[in-house]
Order: sequence, then structure tokens, then C-alpha cells
Amino acid sequence: MIALSDYLIFGAVLFMISMAGIFLNRKNVIVLLMAIELLLLAVNTNLVAFSHYLNDVTGQIFVFFIMTVAAAEAAIGLAIIVLVFRNRKSINVDDLGSLKG
Amino acid sequence: MNFVIPSFAPAMPEMVLLALASFILVADTFWSKRYQFATYYATQISLVVVGFLILASFTTEQVFTFNDSFVRDSFADILKLFTLIVSLGIFLFSREYLLQHKFYSGEFFVLGLFGILGMFVMISANNFIVLYMGLEIMSLAMYAMIALRRNSGTAVEAGMKYFVLGALATGMLLYGFSMIYGATGTITFPEMAQVINSGKADGIVLAFGVVFVVIGLAFKLGAVPFHMWMPDVYHGSPTAVTLYLGTAPKLAGFAMVYRLLYEAMPGLVEDWQSLLIAISILSMGVGAIAAIAQDNLKRMLAYSGIGHVGFMLMGVLAATADGFSAAMFYVIIYAITGVAGFGMIVALSKAGNEFDRIVDFKGLNARNPWLALMMLITLFSMAGIPPFIGFWAKILVIEEVVKAGFTWLAVYAVITAVISAFYYLRVVKSMYFDKPEDSAPIEAITPALNWGVSLTAIVLLLLGLLPSTIIDLAYLSI
Repeated sequence: MIALSDYLIFGAVLFMISMAGIFLNRKNVIVLLMAIELLLLAVNTNLVAFSHYLNDVTGQIFVFFIMTVAAAEAAIGLAIIVLVFRNRKSINVDDLGSLKG
Repeated sequence: MNFVIPSFAPAMPEMVLLALASFILVADTFWSKRYQFATYYATQISLVVVGFLILASFTTEQVFTFNDSFVRDSFADILKLFTLIVSLGIFLFSREYLLQHKFYSGEFFVLGLFGILGMFVMISANNFIVLYMGLEIMSLAMYAMIALRRNSGTAVEAGMKYFVLGALATGMLLYGFSMIYGATGTITFPEMAQVINSGKADGIVLAFGVVFVVIGLAFKLGAVPFHMWMPDVYHGSPTAVTLYLGTAPKLAGFAMVYRLLYEAMPGLVEDWQSLLIAISILSMGVGAIAAIAQDNLKRMLAYSGIGHVGFMLMGVLAATADGFSAAMFYVIIYAITGVAGFGMIVALSKAGNEFDRIVDFKGLNARNPWLALMMLITLFSMAGIPPFIGFWAKILVIEEVVKAGFTWLAVYAVITAVISAFYYLRVVKSMYFDKPEDSAPIEAITPALNWGVSLTAIVLLLLGLLPSTIIDLAYLSI
């Protein structure tokens, strides 16, 4: 039998991986997009686990909304990445440092 | 299962706004060839129509609809009206800027309208899902608006930064939501408050959730230590978009804080109050000190915005109804002052010169005394110098935080306000006492902008002389 805490730990691990992906990644912007997606998956895991444990379907409905919005978000993110590539001919995170003050 | 058709009437402004925005989106593709400004006028007319709809059905009682997921109360109505007023100004200024810098397109106004729809949904949210949807409708529109100037490297870079950090903030907020849902078993705010007060929920899971929610809110508002994106995004975006980003969304951001902390989690005051005290102290400090080193006015205003958020959070952390009213008043004034400040940069920016460096303002008094005076009023209002309205905003928040027993915090806030007066006055000094690099007279790019900027600045002065109406509105609504 898998306990609720196992799911929560799994969610927390996914959350940590995505944080590491966002803050340690110095190479590629697409990896950032993947990390953001992973962050939302961590939330979804949590919500579904709680929803099952509470015997309440609301959490699963919430997950549908998050997945839909995540798709829209990825579309906008990729569009911006295309623009970055057109302007800079590179999508390295290090090349995104021209705004300083 | 019975399906009860919900009452649509309370959400009528949102529905009309959605219909109009969708119609303009489609119509723009036909209009843009023949009538260049049709989309602009349609956008402004939609804002006015929605404003009248809200006024016509103004309520002082709370009305819930859509299975308690949507709430209409005087708080929501007043914030929405101010969002509309601020947006009218934003679009007026934006059109001239977009024309001047040759990337005028109907999409800007359509995205702006959808952003406002998102703010409306956030302001009226009564559960996590609706709040999240509103937040995303607003944020997605803003990511696209920043990157709208496709051939500008800095704008696209600012769009990328805002996108990544905005998505991160949303993720944090959602992680907190999931924890709170797990602890309370509900996502509706009033029910959540009941469950938390009854003490049935698991305290550790709740505290964990609150921490993530506060971090997410701080990210969205741009409070220290989650402010890194603000200066870069404000600086990199085209000024018309900075004007949009720096004003109207702050009202919605405050609504989010109010709904989450005051309506859903009043039982967890100890948990979020101490976090907010730390965030507020840091924001006011960084906002006052880091702004001194800036030579770009947009960057300086971004840091000043961080300081203002810190001030606004003081009202929130007082955790009383009056404290929230003072914070609401503060955020409304901050939005109006932001329109005047960024509007001034828009008004003077010619093609090829953004007019966003402090050096550009050198000797403005010799080149255009009237606009220099208007800029002076705006900066004095931001610094909180009487008789301008910014003074009343600051004094109310300080009063509430003293009443809540944080006198030391009020003293600290006044000290940071004095430090930040230094960098506002530095701009005033360079306008009035420095020799201009180019002494040719300068005009606002169009007469409409001249009127718009003057009107906003004079409103700041008049409100400062007669502040009681807006203060009463803010205090009545919470």
C-alpha cells in the first residue's frame, strides 16, 4: 500500500529537481521550459494524491485546469524562445544578460 | 445529479468584456487594413461600456455565484473601476508611443483587454481555480505584450525573463495551493477560513502551504527577495508596456493578496504576518537604496515600485480590515502615480530616443517648463511630499501599522521614505538646475499626450488637496 506521504515526497522531489533546473541551468532556455513544466507536474501529483486521500474530486478538476494552462504557457514560452533566437542567434541563458544596471 | 443554472448577472461585466475582446480580436484583422485606429477606439469604448455596467449594478453586499467560485462585492467593484480608469490612460498613452516607435498593431490593445479580463477575474475570485485562471489570463497576455516588439533584443530578453520568473512564481503559488487544499479539503475561500478556524486542519501542512503562497505572492508583486525580475523587465520592455505592467496589474495583485490572506487565511495570521514583516522591511530598504545607483529612469521607477510594494505590505501585515483598506488606498494611488510617471517618459520619447535616462531630463525646465512642473508633481507625489496624494497614502498605511503595534516598523518606513526622497529630488534637481545637453525646446509627441500627462499630474495634486472621497471608498469597501 502506498501512503499519502510517499506521493508528497515524490512531489517534493519533482519540485526540487525543477528548482535546480531553473537556478543551476546556465546552458539552454528550453531546459528552463522543461523545468517549469516539471514544477507544474509536481503540483499535479500533490493535488491528485490529496484528492484521492480526501475522497474529493475537486483536486482532480484543478489538475485539468493546470494542464490546459500549462499547454498555453508552453506555446507562449516557445514563441518567445523563437524570437530570442532570431534576435541573438543563440538560446543560451548566459547570452541573456544585456539588461544590467 | 441536479444541475442548477448559476446566476450570470454578477459576472456580467466580465462576460461582456470577454465578448467585446473576442469580437475586437477577430474584427481587428479586417479593420487594420482600412481603418488604422478602429481597434484603438473600440478598445476604449469597451472599457467605458464595462465601466458603466459595473456602475449600473454596483452592490454593497457580497453576492456569490457559479457554485461559490465567483464573488461580487464593493471591494471588487471599486478595484475594477480603478483598473478601468487606469487602463483608459494606459491605452491613450500607448497608442502615441506605438505610432512614434513604428510598431503600432491592434494586437497590443486586444492583449491589453484580455489582460484586464484576467485582472477582473482575479479580483472577483473566490476559489483557487478561478484565482489561478485569472492570474494566468493576465500573465499570458503580458508575456506576449512585452515581446510584441519583435525586432528589439532587449524587449525579447525582458519577455523571456518575465516569462520564466512569472511561471516560477505561479508554480510556487500552486504548490502552496495544493498543500492548503490537502490540509483543509476545500478550495473555496470562506469555507477554507472556517476549516482553518475550527482547528481541524493539519498545522504543519498548512504552514508549509502558507510559506509557498506568500513566496508566490511576493514574486508576483515584485517584493524583495523575489524582485530580481522587476528592474530588468521594466527597463527592457517598450515604455508603453512598462506603463501597463507597472500600474494596473498591481491592483489585481493586491486583490489576490486580500482574497488569499484576509478572506481565506485569517486564522493563520501568525504564519504570514512574520513573513510579510521580513519581506516588507527588505523591500523598503532595497527600494530606497538600490534606486540611488540607477541612471535609467525606468529602472529607478522599478526600484521605487519595489519600495512602494514594501509600503503597501505594511498595511497588509497590520492584518486588520482598516489595514487592508489603507493598503488598498495605497495601491490605487500607486497605480495612478505610475501612469503619470511612465506616461511622462512616453510623452517625451521620440523615435530613436527613448528619453528614459535621467540625463535626458537635464534642464527640462528650460526646454519645456510646463512638462517639467508636471514631472515635479509626479515625483513629489511618489516621494510622499504634501500636499500631493502620495503623502496621504503613506500616512494612512503608517497610521494603521502603528495601530497594529508595530511602531518600530513605522519609524523604519519613514526613514526609508526619506532616503528615497533623495533620488526623486535628484531628478528634480537635474530638471531645474542642470544645463541641458540640447537646449532646443521639446514638446510632448502629440497634444493629446500633453493633455493626458497634465491631467494625470493635476489629478495627483487635486486628490492630495481633497483626499477624503477615495479614502472613504477604500475604507467602505473592506
